[in-house]
Amino acid sequence: MLRQGSRLLSRSVTAASSKSATARAFSTELPSTIDSTFVESWKKVAPNMDPPQTPSSFMKPRPSTASSIPTKLTVNFVLPYASELSEKEVDMVIIPATTGQMGVLPGHVPTIAELKPGIMSVHEGTDIKKYFVSSGFAFLHANSVADIIAVEAVPLENIDAGQVQKGLAEFTQKLASATTDLEKAEAQIGVEVHSAMNAALSG
Amino acid sequence: MASTAAVPFWRAAGMTYITYSNICANLVRNCLKEPFKAESISREKVHFSLSKWADGKPQKPVLRSDAPQV
Repeated sequence: MLRQGSRLLSRSVTAASSKSATARAFSTELPSTIDSTFVESWKKVAPNMDPPQTPSSFMKPRPSTASSIPTKLTVNFVLPYASELSEKEVDMVIIPATTGQMGVLPGHVPTIAELKPGIMSVHEGTDIKKYFVSSGFAFLHANSVADIIAVEAVPLENIDAGQVQKGLAEFTQKLASATTDLEKAEAQIGVEVHSAMNAALSG
Repeated sequence: MASTAAVPFWRAAGMTYITYSNICANLVRNCLKEPFKAESISREKVHFSLSKWADGKPQKPVLRSDAPQV
């Protein structure tokens, strides 16, 4: 694969230099000009047909990043069956990323974070709303919009502590007696999710 | 030229992210208090009919459902 590396690199460099008029830096800046040489050659060949559209012409322009950091974070928190929070302006959210609890303030660096089972809290003034999230992703955009998607998110009051203890004991036992890799993985997931719920209820 | 990126334990065991995520969601649902638990289970019920095709015609459909066959 490395052998082809230099060929692939030089190919992309020449392709870029031939389309230097439309060289793009980031996806936030879309080319507003259409490639004029292509349009002219198209018109010579097929004058009665419109030149083909490209995917970028159908894209809405990316929302621009404000020059000053906004005061509020706009949160969209969605589940497969419901839109829990839609364009809600908050001060901060703390999300349970795989790398640890991450506090998101307005003006956060654009990030894509995978979520682990844990508590997500939404801070608005003095209100703090907590949800237990089973897993999902959080997309933090440059314009202080946070899209958080989860498969299951429940308020902490809806979790039954007894069931959690039972589940934890059951999966710890399964982990000890697991034989195949897959069984071990499933038991490990069970232990992780139940310990996270336990910690959420007691913390 | 093997990639040495650390993979999560479930990926190493051959599980995909979707399977992992669905298992996590099911475990959380099982630990809910009633009536939330009953609501979430009824919400996640799956019911579909599957038919294989032969010679351009559908064969007898197979019904897959969480509900017991009546």
